[in-house]
Amino acid sequence: MTGKSNTRSKISGICLLIMSIFLLSSTSLNANNQPQDEAHHEEVSTATLSVTEDAHNADKPVDIAAIAFEHILDAHSWHFWGEGHDAVAMPLPIIIYSSTNGLKVFSSAKFEHGHASYENYSLVDEKIVSSDPNESIYDFSITKNVAQLLLSAIVLLLVFTSMAKAYKTQGVISAPKGKQSFLEPLVVFVRDDLAKNNIGSTSDKYVPYLLTVFFMILINNVFGLIPISANLTGNIAFTLVLSVVTFIVTNINGNKHYWSHIFLPHAPKAIWPILIPIEVFGILTKPFALMIRLFANITAGHIIIISLVGLIFIFKSIYIAPVAVAFSLFIDILEVLVAFLQAYIFTMLTALFIGSAVADPNEDGAHTSDDDKVTAGH
Amino acid sequence: MSLFILASLIDPAIGLIFWTTITFLLLLVLLGKFAWKPILTAIKTREKGIEDALSSAQSALNDMRELKSSNEKILNEARAERDTMLKEARDIKEGILAEAKTKATSEAERIMKTAREQINNEKNAAISDLKNQVAKLSIDIAEKILKSDLSSDEKQKALVSNLMKDVNLN
Repeated sequence: MTGKSNTRSKISGICLLIMSIFLLSSTSLNANNQPQDEAHHEEVSTATLSVTEDAHNADKPVDIAAIAFEHILDAHSWHFWGEGHDAVAMPLPIIIYSSTNGLKVFSSAKFEHGHASYENYSLVDEKIVSSDPNESIYDFSITKNVAQLLLSAIVLLLVFTSMAKAYKTQGVISAPKGKQSFLEPLVVFVRDDLAKNNIGSTSDKYVPYLLTVFFMILINNVFGLIPISANLTGNIAFTLVLSVVTFIVTNINGNKHYWSHIFLPHAPKAIWPILIPIEVFGILTKPFALMIRLFANITAGHIIIISLVGLIFIFKSIYIAPVAVAFSLFIDILEVLVAFLQAYIFTMLTALFIGSAVADPNEDGAHTSDDDKVTAGH
Repeated sequence: MSLFILASLIDPAIGLIFWTTITFLLLLVLLGKFAWKPILTAIKTREKGIEDALSSAQSALNDMRELKSSNEKILNEARAERDTMLKEARDIKEGILAEAKTKATSEAERIMKTAREQINNEKNAAISDLKNQVAKLSIDIAEKILKSDLSSDEKQKALVSNLMKDVNLN
């Protein structure tokens, strides 16, 4: 296990290194827009090779923050490696809904990595803008993150339907085999330790949702650790959707006890005006915390790894490389733990919120005694 | 530029929200139908099977224990029966022995009595025989006397004394 992680982290370290080298030139170019265009023209007209570019850029300070954010943020093409003319990237479909022109679908290759405009649209800092000031654009493109989202969904479907098939072909009596033996404990863990422990007797209804959330986050956390992949779970839009679904599931299943706790708290009526807004606010802060926690944890991990590799370019010394690689290896292994941990925490808290919403006060002794204490207090 | 990037970091893009919602809900439905349902059912079936197997093993163990205890009971009963049978046999043996002893004694007594009677009879017969012989002897003597010379006194006397001597000796 350790051997595998080592190799993987080394590979990821090397890849990051290579990517950072290539990104070096582009970010320096991006620093301000005027020279960028000039440089681009120069590139196109004279086909200057990147050797001279690199030699020229080597003297400029490296904007590690820009490199880091470029790795973390979404993009309209799937960039693998290389820069400028050597860039190896997969163009992705652009789907935009324009207020004046309706739905438009075309390849991101048309933008030539932000250097060209197509019809009257151009790509500025990974945002599609129109030359027409009256036109507003809604971007529904299959971006890098969306592509990984779809990929992970397909992987999940394939893995779990084949696992389900294994039970059908091998029968339920035989011991689990292969991926079944790895995934079954996780499924049972989610069902027993997360769902049943936090929700109680009605947990069966929510187990499919919790399993989907858990494996969706887990697979994308793990995919995010692969160097050329997208940072989906570190994107706030993704965590926003998951926490909104949790918010909806929690509140539509909230029982009388849950709502009475919010709108009819066991407290003197005089402090109700303070208490009720706090309780209502609490409904929103719980999923909000879920959203921020996953997004921040994954993003922070990625920033740390890129920053550690970036040390080499800040110090401009090859001798710092072993230290940087060693640290990023350590953080990479830590990120594997975080990948599982964050999937666990998100699912556990979701189960906890659902549990608090559907808890039957008659079933749960602790709740009633708590309320009684409050009632007795005044 | 950094500020702009930071802002875009916490600015959820509508496209990704849209696609995530669709994909997630679709995944929830598809996985729920084609993966979670069969997997959870299979796991539950297996767990139930294991539970049943365990409980039946427990009940089998209980049955065995019961059987063992009943076996012991039967064994104890059999042992007690054997003891009583042995005791009875011993009693019977003693009874038979005692009876045999009494019988033997009485038989011995009877035999002794018969023997004694026989001896008596034999003795009486011998006595009567002796008496007859004596009588015969006496008659023989008398005959001899009568046949012998009774001429002289002397001779008569000698004869009588001789005879008497013989008789006394007898």
